Amino acid sequence: MQNALLTKFTLKNKRTDLPTFRPGDTLRVHVKIKEGDKERLQAFEGTLIARNNTGLGESITVRKVSFGQGVERIFPVHAKVIDHIDVVRTGRVRRAKLYYLRALKGKAARLRERE
Amino acid sequence: MSPGILGKKIGMTQMFRADGQAVPVTLLKAGPCMVVQRKTPTADGYDAVQLGLVEFIKPQRINKPTTGHLKKAGAEGSRFMREFPLRPGDDDLKPGDKVLVDQFKPKDIVDVIGISKGKGFAGVVKRHHFRGGEGTHGSMFHRAPGSIGASSFPSRVVPGMRMGGHMGNERVTVRNLEIIEVDTEDNVLVVKGAVPGPNGGYVVVRRAKR
Repeated sequence: MQNALLTKFTLKNKRTDLPTFRPGDTLRVHVKIKEGDKERLQAFEGTLIARNNTGLGESITVRKVSFGQGVERIFPVHAKVIDHIDVVRTGRVRRAKLYYLRALKGKAARLRERE
Repeated sequence: MSPGILGKKIGMTQMFRADGQAVPVTLLKAGPCMVVQRKTPTADGYDAVQLGLVEFIKPQRINKPTTGHLKKAGAEGSRFMREFPLRPGDDDLKPGDKVLVDQFKPKDIVDVIGISKGKGFAGVVKRHHFRGGEGTHGSMFHRAPGSIGASSFPSRVVPGMRMGGHMGNERVTVRNLEIIEVDTEDNVLVVKGAVPGPNGGYVVVRRAKR
């Protein structure tokens, strides 16, 4: 069991402004990007195929297919570089890690919407 | 300014600085401590304070000499006591004074001393980072130490030769750790980096020597 003070520290530093999302959901992650002294937002839209770790080190893996090439990005959920996350679409899946999607493409890689 | 504080390791996590940088941190439950004894140059030959970590302990668990020692300072139960030499600029602490985490502030640099986790009898690869040999390709040399010296001259192994043996469970000092956050409400110190010992192990936090 985790120490109560450690739990308290985690809860204090966790982000609360993010929506709830689950593996299978399609997310739009807006990342802050620094260019010189200017800052802009870049969006990455794809399917959430894994959530790793808990607490402040939690990360999500988002996968999309760009020009026929699969692209995956891993984002630290509680980092300040994440400006905000939009849930574009929910997906009904039966497991927590959707690595099987890597082998599928086109129609086979579709996910049914969650009720 | 107190020369240091005693505490217990809570565990590790990570947090993000204002500029977004991720920092690995260790949480320490530090204090409340009480000055149990004051060593003075006239009486003891050197200048130091003995701190005791105040925590609940059954009275029958403390032996009689320690009970009397604690009573002199008016301290309640303490099972972990350590001395800190006093340096110029430190407070003149008296027995019975409390030492709390508010002595520290973010950006302070501290040394943390603890007892490392015991690893038992460890080979030379784990204990001294020898490279070892190939695992396959007909290699018959895997994790052995190799040669430990020459032959008829000097006819002995030179002292200090690194070999397998007991590893860990010894006093380890980690120098110059930055304090990231101080929680005076819960007596928690947040220190950047790793600290020796298991979670729940006792640690000494002292102001960095250099």
